[in-house]
Amino acid sequence: MRIQLFGTCLVDALFPQVGESLLRIFETYGVETDFPQGQTCCGQPAYNAGYHKEARKAAEHFLEVFAGSDLIVTPSGSCAAMVKHHYTRLFQDDAELLAKAEETAGRVYELTQFLVHVLHLPEKGLRGKGKVTYHSSCHLTRMLGVCEEPLLLLKSMQGLEFIPLPDTTRCCGFGGVFMAKLPEISMALSSEKADDILLSGADTVTGCDAGCLMNIADGLKKKGSSVNVKHIAELIAEGL
Amino acid sequence: MSSQTSLDFRKNAAAALKDGSLRAAMQNATGAISRKRGDAMTQVDFEALREQASTIRMKVLDNLQMYVDRFSDNARKTGAVVHHASDASEARGIISDILKSRKVKLVAKSKSMISEEIQLNERLKEEGLEVIETDLGEYIIQLAGESPSHILAPAIHKSRQQVGKLFTEKLCCDYTEDPQTLTKIARKVLREKFIRADAGISGANFALSESGSIVILTNEGNGRMVTSLPPLHVAVLSIEKMLPSIRDLSPFLRLLPRSATGQVLSSYVSIITGTRKGGETTGAQELHIVLLDGGRSEIVKGAYREILKCIRCSACMNVCPVYRTIGGHAYGWTYPGPMGIILTNLLTGLENAHPLADASTLCGACNEVCPVKIPLMDLILKLRVDKISAGLAPAAMTWGMRLFGAAAASPTLFSSSKRLAHTFWPLIRWMGGKDVAGRLPEPSVSPLRRRLK
Repeated sequence: MRIQLFGTCLVDALFPQVGESLLRIFETYGVETDFPQGQTCCGQPAYNAGYHKEARKAAEHFLEVFAGSDLIVTPSGSCAAMVKHHYTRLFQDDAELLAKAEETAGRVYELTQFLVHVLHLPEKGLRGKGKVTYHSSCHLTRMLGVCEEPLLLLKSMQGLEFIPLPDTTRCCGFGGVFMAKLPEISMALSSEKADDILLSGADTVTGCDAGCLMNIADGLKKKGSSVNVKHIAELIAEGL
Repeated sequence: MSSQTSLDFRKNAAAALKDGSLRAAMQNATGAISRKRGDAMTQVDFEALREQASTIRMKVLDNLQMYVDRFSDNARKTGAVVHHASDASEARGIISDILKSRKVKLVAKSKSMISEEIQLNERLKEEGLEVIETDLGEYIIQLAGESPSHILAPAIHKSRQQVGKLFTEKLCCDYTEDPQTLTKIARKVLREKFIRADAGISGANFALSESGSIVILTNEGNGRMVTSLPPLHVAVLSIEKMLPSIRDLSPFLRLLPRSATGQVLSSYVSIITGTRKGGETTGAQELHIVLLDGGRSEIVKGAYREILKCIRCSACMNVCPVYRTIGGHAYGWTYPGPMGIILTNLLTGLENAHPLADASTLCGACNEVCPVKIPLMDLILKLRVDKISAGLAPAAMTWGMRLFGAAAASPTLFSSSKRLAHTFWPLIRWMGGKDVAGRLPEPSVSPLRRRLK
């Protein structure tokens, strides 16, 4: 089994531990990983800010770099949603690129989708530890429709106690450029999310989007909390 | 064009965030309503129902002028006088003339967001009329001298302690914070006004073209009294409220109360068709229906037309993380939350309202609950695109994004900007401020790409 890994710019630049975890998981389960060196960003920051000409540049580049027939796996619900759902909107006026975008969209898997539906990891005896709660990020849940997959993985991990997070689908306040444009509201939302996490009694909070987790970590840090914030890839890799 | 506007959304929001009482009231109320909404929707096939409702609303929008004309003709046949107002000022003038010519002194009003949009109360007060809001929430904010912060629950931002204090000050009663006692106090004042009122002003939830009827859903019964006790009833509504006929009403009666408050049905559903007829004992003797365009006949032709499907249920604001945290006043005009971001920009102009386009995390919760399938999140994103095309975005943002576009298309430039970010991180952190850059971790020295070379 061979895949193309789209690392995402956040993981590539800010969260090397998530990248390391991905490589461990893929090595363990015999997945041959190609990391196209030309990869940059999916273009979402520009797209969501309304700069669609710039987003289109990023998207065209992505389609070129990830050409081929292998599945494209990415550790982010938000970036997967960008490629799967928004690229086609950007290329409405260009039949050739639109076709390419549609073909590429069909190969994109968000990490937990890949781990559950292709590698069937919940049946492979995963291990974990501690009391873990889970934030379901907005684009993962609402755009990709990925609700069950992360829970299947977490609940299958022996030694891990899963604790549901109240109001789990409420936005953490990250929102990409939103966190920079309206930081006061963004911080108020991450603070509320941190309150919910503290209330849950978990020692670790996990999720599938580094951006949201970064924002949640900041909310927790401001409360002086010692709750760990880990991408789901890290939790899985730790138990291997 | 300059990006300057009188609306400083960020400042408004930051001020609201410092109001602990407002935040607690907003969280409690919107949380409770959203939970009830979710529960109520499990009783119906939400997806099928909203598809049906959306189809009916689109059918109306596709032929809006025809439905408005048909409604006007049929309403006239039932004895109503129908007026067409192209904008707020004309609507205010029409209503003011009706009331003046009949020497009205006291007006009882039931809830109408269109009357807020056209700032009717201010005009009538200037002309020396006494106007009393009879919806409890509207009455509270009228006493407080404020504007609604929610389209359905106008006093949602107030705690019961604040309402208790307000009543003590304004109505000279003993302090209580018991909601039932407070309601009884208001009811006593309002009953007397209902009996004395020379005219009633209402809005409408829907207008039925085929029969010329207006439909009003209320919970307090005040709508029924406003429209039937005084001899004169003036209904003010916007043109897109049309439904083809009473046969189309059913999905909306099932969806609107559930979406709005989690109720299976509102306590009262009034379908008003014309004036009191011979032999009838209730109903206004004179009925005027004022249909406001206010820019809608242009909006319906454009790319944002789907916003006119809106039935004002407020579900989108109740689930919006931004609205839930700051309340409605920060949005600066009549309509807050996701639907408000779009309507305010369309009705008051992008040049005045564009900062609102940023007031969304694009989480998509609004799209999920909208009972008429308005792609709210997508329309907000479209506003951002249009804002940039209109030259209303800050120059620094535009330059930053140009740089981003260039870097995203060039791996060399992309990785060298990452290396630069790492090298200059302390500087970036300092320039970006503690509220933005201070919340990011330091860039990694051994990125994924190097590990996988």
